[in-house]
Amino acid sequence: MSPAAPHVVVDRLVKRYGERTVLHGVDLTINRAETLVIIGGSGAGKSTLVRHLIALERPTSGRILIGGTDIASLSDVELAVARRRFGMVFQKYALFDSMTCFENVAFPLREQTRLKEKEVRERVLAKLRDLGVEHAAQLTPAQISGGMAKRVGIARALVLEPELLIYDEPTSGLDPVTSRTVDDLIEEMRERFAVTSVIITHDMVSAFDIADQLAMLIKGRVVAQGPPGEVLTSAHEDVQRFIRSSGVEASRLEKRRRRTPAAELAARFAAEAPVGHPPP
Amino acid sequence: MSDEEAPREPSWKSLLRGVFAPATDALTEIGTLADLAGRSLLWAFRPPYRGQVFLAQLEFVGVQSVFLVGLVGLFTGMVFAVQTVYGFRRFGAENLVGGVVALSLSREMAPVLTAIMVAARAGSGMAAELGNMRSSEQIDALETMAVSPIQYLLVPRIVAGTVMVPVLALLFFLVGVGGAWIVGVQGLALDPGVFADKIRTLLKPDDLLQGLIKAVVFGFAVSLIACRHGFYASGGAVGVGQATTRAVVWAVVGVFVLDYALTTVLTPVA
Repeated sequence: MSPAAPHVVVDRLVKRYGERTVLHGVDLTINRAETLVIIGGSGAGKSTLVRHLIALERPTSGRILIGGTDIASLSDVELAVARRRFGMVFQKYALFDSMTCFENVAFPLREQTRLKEKEVRERVLAKLRDLGVEHAAQLTPAQISGGMAKRVGIARALVLEPELLIYDEPTSGLDPVTSRTVDDLIEEMRERFAVTSVIITHDMVSAFDIADQLAMLIKGRVVAQGPPGEVLTSAHEDVQRFIRSSGVEASRLEKRRRRTPAAELAARFAAEAPVGHPPP
Repeated sequence: MSDEEAPREPSWKSLLRGVFAPATDALTEIGTLADLAGRSLLWAFRPPYRGQVFLAQLEFVGVQSVFLVGLVGLFTGMVFAVQTVYGFRRFGAENLVGGVVALSLSREMAPVLTAIMVAARAGSGMAAELGNMRSSEQIDALETMAVSPIQYLLVPRIVAGTVMVPVLALLFFLVGVGGAWIVGVQGLALDPGVFADKIRTLLKPDDLLQGLIKAVVFGFAVSLIACRHGFYASGGAVGVGQATTRAVVWAVVGVFVLDYALTTVLTPVA
């Protein structure tokens, strides 16, 4: 796939549950190494949208193209192979209760790679250290706080260094310092591995800091999409109301971190790994 | 008001749907179970084979049920001995007690009561655990990590149920006969030689085989029904509670329905 080709394309996605329509023909395009932040009120269909990106839901109509492949058309086995390149951070952590935090993070490595146990251990502990939860390695999810569980969940999603990472409210429930650490990690994954990220968040500071594109979803429709500057100055009434309520001002854009352009990262990725993502 | 919130007008279609709802619901349920059984069967033979996960389920379904099944088996045998002695004394057939108790335990009581015990203890546990995993997105997490939840969660539980219920039923039978011996011979002064002899002459290998076949089918059905209700649970804590209740109720009903069907097929009465 050419680095210039879009990594993720959502094409006229419609999702209905019975007679209730949750997504009304959503269109989105995300280039490789870009970070798309989806904002919008509760019940707007954000979680439903991202669940389609990893085929946890099947569209009523429309297509989801990942690297040019329509993932809704894949068989179970093909989908299992495709999913090895995805990672997801769940809103409710989704850690396995029966395992320790170490085992939770080691799980994808043990299932998807043939790494020796010593290497698994090193990678898991390194990732837990990055997130500041190394001390919780031998504890079970029931024995740690919600914030720590969130960080262990992020460590588990990052440990395989996937091509496409989806975060469902990664900083909700975290203190401001840890929230910025999570932003740093999202950025680090992008810089090191040209990871494409899709993030649902209500944290507008984070959204304006790390987004290449912002998309605003209202009642199952994308009402604004583009660089943060464009969305911030959008004339759409719902967008303006949402941004005013969040307290973010135009001056916030001047404080955005310095970021390597997505196209540059994608070109570097294509040169280093022309046949796909580097194996873990 | 949006179009999806518009009130629906009554129609012949909705009326017919209401009338036939119980039948279509039952067919849908059978279809769901058949689909889950088929997919579990396919995934059971695909690598990777996770020995540790399977052993954990054998331990949960089998080892942890030993005491309960043994206890119920002991008291079932004891009660059955008292009732049989009381009834058979009326026409002087006390010498048949050992054989009759062994026969009914092997063909009916052991597989049916063991399956009910496993449904109540392990089946409810399976449904609650899977339902909780569904509501906390752990099953979704497995899928996103390219691990089939059917292979990782359902196959070990269904296979463990199918393997362990016959083993537990055998234990139930042995302990039950032991209980009947204690009450009949020690408590009600039956002749120990006659008691044992009637077991030897009346109990055929086919009787034990029928009990074991039933136990295999019941074990499969109980764990499949428990997994089905837990795996597709929805609605948070309330939904998990309801799924657990449905799992036990329908597993027990399923055991009795299957028991009649299997008894009809396996017993050459005519």
